Amino acid sequence: MRTIIDKIWDAHVVSAPPGAPSLLYIDLHLVHEVTSPQAFDGLRARKIRVRRPDRTVATVDHSIPTTPRHLPIADAVAARQVAQLEANCREFGIPCAGRGQPDQGIVHVIGPERGLTQPGLTIVCGDSHTATHGAFGALAFGIGTSEVEMVLASQCLLQHRPKTLRITVAGRLGPGVSAKDLALAIIATIGVGGGTGHVIEYAGGAVRALSMEQRMTLCNMSIEAGARAGLVEPDDTTFEYLAGRPAAPAGEAWDAAVRRWRALATDDGARFDRQVALDGAALSPMITFGTNPGMAIPIDAVVPAPSSAAAPADRQALERALDYMGLEAGRPLLGTPVDVVFIGSCTNGRTSDLRDAAAIFRGRRVAAGVRAMVVPGSALVKREAEAEGLDQVFLAAGAEWREPGCSMCIAMNGDQLRPGQRAVSTSNRNFEGRQGPGGRTFLASPATAAAAAVTGAVSDPRRLS
Amino acid sequence: MSATREPITRFEGPAVAIARDNIDTDQIIPARFLKTTTRAGLGANLFADWRRDAEGTPRAGFILNRPEAAGARVLVAGWNFGCGSSREHAPWALVDFGFRAILAGSFADIFRQNALKNGLLPIALPADIHGPLVAHVAIRPGAVVGVDLVRRTVRLPDGREAAFEVDAFARECLLAGVDEIGYVLAQEAAIARFEAMR
Repeated sequence: MRTIIDKIWDAHVVSAPPGAPSLLYIDLHLVHEVTSPQAFDGLRARKIRVRRPDRTVATVDHSIPTTPRHLPIADAVAARQVAQLEANCREFGIPCAGRGQPDQGIVHVIGPERGLTQPGLTIVCGDSHTATHGAFGALAFGIGTSEVEMVLASQCLLQHRPKTLRITVAGRLGPGVSAKDLALAIIATIGVGGGTGHVIEYAGGAVRALSMEQRMTLCNMSIEAGARAGLVEPDDTTFEYLAGRPAAPAGEAWDAAVRRWRALATDDGARFDRQVALDGAALSPMITFGTNPGMAIPIDAVVPAPSSAAAPADRQALERALDYMGLEAGRPLLGTPVDVVFIGSCTNGRTSDLRDAAAIFRGRRVAAGVRAMVVPGSALVKREAEAEGLDQVFLAAGAEWREPGCSMCIAMNGDQLRPGQRAVSTSNRNFEGRQGPGGRTFLASPATAAAAAVTGAVSDPRRLS
Repeated sequence: MSATREPITRFEGPAVAIARDNIDTDQIIPARFLKTTTRAGLGANLFADWRRDAEGTPRAGFILNRPEAAGARVLVAGWNFGCGSSREHAPWALVDFGFRAILAGSFADIFRQNALKNGLLPIALPADIHGPLVAHVAIRPGAVVGVDLVRRTVRLPDGREAAFEVDAFARECLLAGVDEIGYVLAQEAAIARFEAMR
């Protein structure tokens, strides 16, 4: 009796010498401009090629501006980094979706939409949000640049078998409660280090009921709980999403693949190292108030008092967070004025996320003094959204409709907060300065972000829909 | 396994403390410094936003701006050090600044891997050793700490020794200066066999 995590692991072990990490085979390696240049330099120094360019896919996302594509990249350092990736991909024979290409996008958005991300695969990328691909029942995790070099060189990684954690969410999420709210509730429950050393399997009725894009949002945030990977067992929702995607199997190969994928499910009675249970029906829209993703509360709750923390270190961390965020303990977050709203990222930059936001924007205006940016996760998401007229909803409301990229989630590309500004953001990290030095981030769902944009303050989206 | 890197066995040096839990990699090296295409020079921006204010003026109170931090080789920190992004620029920046070991309560998974691959020792200490050490070094920055990877011990400023756990394979690689990528490439036959079987 094995878990899905064990099954995928066992199927990819090349060798498992005693006392040493296993050599794990990697099916798909995603590459972007920020964490790869030093790895390619390493290959050149060793005078070796990329072992499997056919299992390697590159794109640009982190450093590129989200301004119109006919404009050059104004930041010379970023331009050099982007050019370096394109040159490396040419030299080593790796397909690269460059800036302005129809298949460009955030690396964790384009893998699924092309059908590259499939159940049972091992997937890595030099980016901690690689866990996103776990939504398909793949074992997907972030790696550092030395490991990027190792995978480019050998298509393998040295890894110890991870511990397993099953998080079972019973019931159904209520109206206006999304996968983002569930992810924040889980992190608030187990803590930002709660999943360290583990791979998470998300299970239970509330998870089964999520769409593929919502499952991607949930798995994406696994790293914010410390887990390198999180996954959901594949089912009909998975297969319906994958069928007909460009890189998905077709014809007889499809039928055989689905049979194989169904067998990945965790066996009854399989043992997990740890189990956590939540009631999905009891959850509200969530929002962060502090400087890590675990500092999250229901949107209508009050800011916790540092004095309520048991450990002195936690008390200090809360005091510091409230000081940084400019918040007062014991007061509601609802009504807190907002300067910027960011809707996008590998967490919440897919078409259904934009639909959720558009449902709030429709027939309303962005509040005076608020800057609202909507950044599609990929060129395909942009085309899909425009085909549905979502761009017109955003523009009519007074929001910006920009070109795809990581944008203000990581604030490397010029899209950033000014010191002291408050942003409700659909991204994944509210660390100090994450969205610009001195910037203050409130993480929330697309609906909650849109509600903040049209009211100019932290607001409960359920009152607007 | 062939030795191609500088072996790491034992060293000692001044320690400084940042007594905070959950120090994330965005603090260690903010994202705007990740546009570089080399590993070099990142130490100048280690903890950039804690070291300097928005105008670029050094914050006098921050430990890395104090004279005791000059020549520091050991950083003492709280729990879950290095959480967040997978950027290897974090250990690159710490090493470039001069650190050779981080002594913490615990580490985030990706950071730990990245640190080991750069000869930066992520040493998780038991709570009864860790707590007093953070308190001691916070009050006495520059206190000397020794690290012995051969014996898997640290020598605390008061002269006591404490044992630590480290992944056996990673330790062997560090002690012998093994290049892990070379080790994996030497298994080409097994990798090719695995591919042929599928």
